[in-house]
Amino acid sequence: MKCTDQMWHPVGARAPRVDGVDKVTGRAVFGADLTFDNMLWGQPVRTRYPHARIISIDKSRAEAHPGVVRVLTTADVPGSKTFGVVVPHQPVLCWDRVRFMGDAVALVLAESREAAREAARLVQVEYEELPSIFDPEEAIGPDAPTLHDEYPGNVAAHHVVRKGDVERGFAQADVILERDYTTQLIEHAYIEPEAAVALPGPGGGVTVYGSIQNPFTCRRAVAGVLGLPLARVRIVQNHMGGSFGGKDEVMSAMCARTALGAQITGRPVKIVNTREESLVESYKRHPYRMHYKIGVRRDGRITAMEVRMLADAGGYASQSAFVTWRSTVQATGPYVVENVKTDIYAAFTNNTYTGAMRGFGSPQAIFANESLMDEVALELGMDPVQLRMVNGFEGGSVTATGHKLDEHTVSLKEVVRKATEAAGWDGKRARLPEENQGKATRRGIGMACSFRGCALGAEGVDAAAGIVSVQTDGSVLVFSGLAENGQGLKTIFSQIAATELGITLDRVVFMETDTSTVPDSGPTVASRSTIMGGSAVRIAAQKARDALFEGAAAKLGAEPGELAAENNEICVAGDPARRMRFDDAVKIAWNEGRLMAQFGWHGAPHVNWDEHTGQGKAYFTYVYACQVAEVAVDTQTGQVVVERMTAAHDVGRAINPQSVEGQIRGGVAMSTGYGLLEEVELNEGITKTRNFDEYLIPTAMDVPEVRPIIVENADPYGPYGAKTIGEPTCELGAAAIANAICHASGKRIRALPMDMERVLLGRTLRPMRGRRGSEAR
Amino acid sequence: MEAVRVRITVNGEEHVKTVPTCMTLLRLLREELDLTGTKEGCSKGECGACTVILDGVPVNSCLVLAYQCSGRSVVTIEGLARDGLLHPVQEAFVRHGAVQCGFCTPGMIMSAVALLDANPSPTQREIREAISGNLCRCTGYKAIIEAIDDAAQRMAGWVDSQAADEARV
Ligand code: FES
Ligand code: FES
Repeated sequence: MKCTDQMWHPVGARAPRVDGVDKVTGRAVFGADLTFDNMLWGQPVRTRYPHARIISIDKSRAEAHPGVVRVLTTADVPGSKTFGVVVPHQPVLCWDRVRFMGDAVALVLAESREAAREAARLVQVEYEELPSIFDPEEAIGPDAPTLHDEYPGNVAAHHVVRKGDVERGFAQADVILERDYTTQLIEHAYIEPEAAVALPGPGGGVTVYGSIQNPFTCRRAVAGVLGLPLARVRIVQNHMGGSFGGKDEVMSAMCARTALGAQITGRPVKIVNTREESLVESYKRHPYRMHYKIGVRRDGRITAMEVRMLADAGGYASQSAFVTWRSTVQATGPYVVENVKTDIYAAFTNNTYTGAMRGFGSPQAIFANESLMDEVALELGMDPVQLRMVNGFEGGSVTATGHKLDEHTVSLKEVVRKATEAAGWDGKRARLPEENQGKATRRGIGMACSFRGCALGAEGVDAAAGIVSVQTDGSVLVFSGLAENGQGLKTIFSQIAATELGITLDRVVFMETDTSTVPDSGPTVASRSTIMGGSAVRIAAQKARDALFEGAAAKLGAEPGELAAENNEICVAGDPARRMRFDDAVKIAWNEGRLMAQFGWHGAPHVNWDEHTGQGKAYFTYVYACQVAEVAVDTQTGQVVVERMTAAHDVGRAINPQSVEGQIRGGVAMSTGYGLLEEVELNEGITKTRNFDEYLIPTAMDVPEVRPIIVENADPYGPYGAKTIGEPTCELGAAAIANAICHASGKRIRALPMDMERVLLGRTLRPMRGRRGSEAR
Repeated sequence: MEAVRVRITVNGEEHVKTVPTCMTLLRLLREELDLTGTKEGCSKGECGACTVILDGVPVNSCLVLAYQCSGRSVVTIEGLARDGLLHPVQEAFVRHGAVQCGFCTPGMIMSAVALLDANPSPTQREIREAISGNLCRCTGYKAIIEAIDDAAQRMAGWVDSQAADEARV
């Protein structure tokens, strides 16, 4: 079974996935598939209350249980008792206090998974319940108990934008609208639950394998908890059964626990979450409450926007500060607004903590902002597309954060035009209301558009490494500090290396990300893989190629700069008769002692941010997208079916169009779930939706027909002009669906998910108390 | 814990194992026989990641007890490729980009193979229904449906050409 066919698949070609064969044969190894001799199973003991003081932990009965080797508590932690990216305050095992239902207070290590589970029930923990807060508004209000001493008032984050003078702007407006929107708590729902195995060694350190999205972040957590230098902790990523931003902190905790167990017992330790545990323990997407005030003139020009958002951070800081920062930058959408006042808060509560999820603070803001634009259009009697054309960004526009967009092609209007034309917007927008007359099932069409900052932006240091090592037989190893999470990074990076070296993909072997092999390249987040890591691999491959060219040039009687590489051959550009096989060039370089293993390092262009005014160049470049939803609404049941979604995305350049289309289709499916189906229900901090029978994600029967439109405007900062695709695809679908529902039924739904109750009755029938997010009003 | 002896054929090979009565077929495959290609996503019959073919019928192996399979025959993802050649469904999944993270893939492919065994020329709707118990969070399903459709056509062509060959002999 060949790993890939031997075709020449340069950048731009629809190369098959390099890990495809392993995955269709069952050979691909995922975290839970690993077993080692003498291995123990770990089972965390989780809290029974969402907020409580721990009085005592009695592990004697559990330790006496057959098969149990040890029960660990925080007293067994040699290093830091907590971890975390923004603030290291999340306990690996809680000692004095628990703050949400996923917190663990002890870790049972046993010979079998059953014994570990049974014994976990025997650990006797005495708690004193503390007053809990489940409502983020109450959390930042006057009488709330403080959940973290370092955050008085429970404000996990607060970001602002201050631009112009909103009062003056509203005074200039002919129409002012104020609206509230809410979004719900949702789960990443990767099909693979979290799994990790730690092995003692080498050299007094540990090695951890698992479903780890961000190996370097995880390494910092493990090293901190064990009190080891980073160099003694090796994190190796396995195949990942999906992540979508979701296997970060939850994996840091799991890996730190397995590593602790391995270090103390000297034996391999494995932990695998059940789906139920995963739903309780893993962080989720923030639910938001959003208040918008917008002023517009009769001609559609926006004169001012004032925005307040409140995100529920849950029990720990996780990435809330970064997530809400992205919402801050994108809160007023891809529109020119002279006067802006934005305040975005995240509040600690005793709900499940929230963090990174594909979109990262944009799906919430876009749902509100793009719903609002349609409400404004309706108010003005204007076509929604027209309103976007009046206000939308174009080359040289200045964003709400004061960034002049003059370094890349601002293609907002191009994507809007392409998507709406392909969907037949004008005709359907006019025709459907008439066709709906007297019908129970009514059809509608709606759109949303967005801009999105690429990579980390002013969130933090942004740089990545790649290594390309040409072997003496002409095969090639590629290493990257960024990780394959299922999105296709291995294929894209292999394609980049193959293109620069002029070889076919079958020669390239992409190595699993291993923190002891490549430099820290930051996290695999923010759709930064291609633009950052891809650039690094490209640089490394170019350097390796240059070494080969130098050797080959003499033989071909040309200068190195005159050579080109393609399809396993090196030739003189413009004179293809003068050529040699790639393998022969490798032999020459090897015999001449040339260095064929090369290193690439790519740092992002400069960005800046003033946190007091919210002004600055937030990101070095942006992508633009437009999605058009066509829905059928059953006015008798409230059921909504998304029949078609046309999705136009400017990706800069598609390194692999098949992979881009796959991202678009998957992202649209996910946003359909966000729009219509999904919600993690919490009751007083306790997860009610604990498996896929209650937490519904789209099946093959639920997904719309998707028409992907790839728009390419090469970006000066991306490899081959490529930018970003993972997250943009799933951030604007819910808004497009809401707008289509309104077009079909006349009902404006301002809360997610837009399930049958909301569509039919305009509200949810479930009990109000102790719930959060959408049902707050 | 009561134990029972199970004689089971997996991918054409017979195994005899003594296992607890409560052991699922999924655990037997993954833990006793080291066939970790079959995945566990929910343990509750909701995600389809654990789908295998039991006597020709696709089942969620997390819901079937191992001892119930005594004397029966199971095909898993590891049993599809023959003599180094991928099954047409496997090949189509790679070609159509029907694989992203790959965690749903083994179960998805087993559902597809079972469908095509029972119904060699399914409609798009029948394909959707056949995989509606297999959750995929990555692909949006479209590429999977196309891959199954394409595999069906290739398999039909392959069967036809074989029949034609036989007729000629
Ligand atoms: S693991 Fe069996 S259906 Fe999910
Ligand atoms: S490919 Fe990831 S769940 Fe289907």
